[in-house]
Amino acid sequence: MPRVDRTLRGASAVVGIADDVSPTGELDRTGRALEVAMILEALDDAGLSLSDVDGVCHAESSMGLAEYLGIHPRFTDSTMTGGSSFEVHLEHAAAAIAAGVCDVVVSVYASTPRSDRTQKRPVTRRFPGGPNPMAEWEWPYGMRMPMGPYALAASRHMHQYGTTSAQLAQIAVSTREWAVRNPRARYQTPLTIDDVLASPMQSSPLHLLDCCLVTDGAGAFVLASAGRARSLRKPPVYVLGAATCHDHMMISQMPDLTVTPGTVSGANAMAMAGISPAEVDVLMGYDSFTITALLHLEDLGFCPKGEGGPFAADGKLGPGGSLPMNTNGGGLSFTHPGMYGMFLITEAVRQLRGEGEARQVPGAQMAVAHGSGMVLSCMSTAVLGTEATL
Amino acid sequence: MAGTRGTDGTRGNDKPVPTRMEPPVGADSAPFWAATRESVLLVQWCTDCDRGIFYPRSFCPMCGSSGSGLEWRTASGRGTVYAATTENNPAATGVTFSNGEPYVVALVDLEEGVRMMTNVVGCPTDDVHVGMAVEVTWEPLTDGRQLPLFTPASGQGPAAGPAGGSK
Ligand SMILES: [Zn+2]
Repeated sequence: MPRVDRTLRGASAVVGIADDVSPTGELDRTGRALEVAMILEALDDAGLSLSDVDGVCHAESSMGLAEYLGIHPRFTDSTMTGGSSFEVHLEHAAAAIAAGVCDVVVSVYASTPRSDRTQKRPVTRRFPGGPNPMAEWEWPYGMRMPMGPYALAASRHMHQYGTTSAQLAQIAVSTREWAVRNPRARYQTPLTIDDVLASPMQSSPLHLLDCCLVTDGAGAFVLASAGRARSLRKPPVYVLGAATCHDHMMISQMPDLTVTPGTVSGANAMAMAGISPAEVDVLMGYDSFTITALLHLEDLGFCPKGEGGPFAADGKLGPGGSLPMNTNGGGLSFTHPGMYGMFLITEAVRQLRGEGEARQVPGAQMAVAHGSGMVLSCMSTAVLGTEATL
Repeated sequence: MAGTRGTDGTRGNDKPVPTRMEPPVGADSAPFWAATRESVLLVQWCTDCDRGIFYPRSFCPMCGSSGSGLEWRTASGRGTVYAATTENNPAATGVTFSNGEPYVVALVDLEEGVRMMTNVVGCPTDDVHVGMAVEVTWEPLTDGRQLPLFTPASGQGPAAGPAGGSK
């Protein structure tokens, strides 16, 4: 069914441009330096500055570019479609601006194949600024991936707020209580805090049972217009709010290891939905590690910053508790194929349809699916609700 | 392990075999790595907003200053552990520099206000804690550059070894 309404019409405009070429066919600058020069020139052309930018498009890595620029965008697009990438960026940015996701988006491109050849530059395709910054500033130190960055965050949280290993362990225990009720979960035997604390220390202070599984897994979802959705087989689960923010790519560039960009994505998604954390019936919070889930509890506003440990310690995240979290058994006990975010959505939808079987949260109407990407780097929050929440 | 040569093996025509994944030199960081050859720790500095920049860039990500606004300053070499983890399972990380023993990966805040990843060496892993005062020490790489590591600051625990950031 072709769309006839043109909701992007007149909703955004190109306000600044820059380009750099030379009759010699070669430029003096290259890589990130050239990209940054183009961005600053285009912003200047518009009378804007970097601090106005809240959306980034890049055909290789919008995260790497944003980290280099030192900005924390709420719209991010690394779409790569070859030569048409920048028209696609324009379309996506226009849609995002029309939807109120962001106000000022930059897309940039720099490529110097001719001078790369004449100057005999080592050409690294993935990172325009030269080698991957992680190879230069992190990899030599032998940090275990992906566990090490989360261990660093846990060490800082413990130092700053007195969070304990037993409090983190309770998150694994509550999550396992859900998995016990899920016949599809990888681990279905009950777990105790002592079990977690007795499991081998990995990257301290994380024990083996503070860490997610490594399993196979697959999933998909289909999103349709609300009009279409009402005529289909299952009760619709509506997107009430959605927002994203990233503030670094590698852990050594994270501004504060105890505060994730979920503070931005969560607040924006809930504001769009018009809800407060107290109205959430089911929280699907990415649990790559126990510390990951603890940070979500604080950054989404379920408890004040620093109080995630005591908040989780009374078992309220498990079955029968006041904040059912990761009701499928989570990345800690259900499945974790590497990029677990798909399962946050599938379980949230099951709960809101009342298909949760033995783990169904009675009367669940509102769910939050909160994904965490890379190393606490990119947070994306979706608020989902039943027909009754509209 | 501080101060051990990264050249304790040979291959073929006597080329040194690195014991670490050796860092490439980024587009904006050649002065940083050149200074490590003299055991000098440099920090890129923005003279427009008077703040340190790390990792090195072609412009200042805090105020947008570029080109003439940027310079290099010698760091004191002193800092504080911001976060730390002991990698208890070296086999899982594949590193060879620790000879199979647990080792510490940390983020250190330099006195100049920038944060870098490093290893804290020269003391038992259990002695390393968040908030600990540390100072730079150097581990040679195979090409003459040196990798900045950190040890407990003088007067706090065991001696820091021959190197230091006081040049
Ligand atoms: Zn500056």
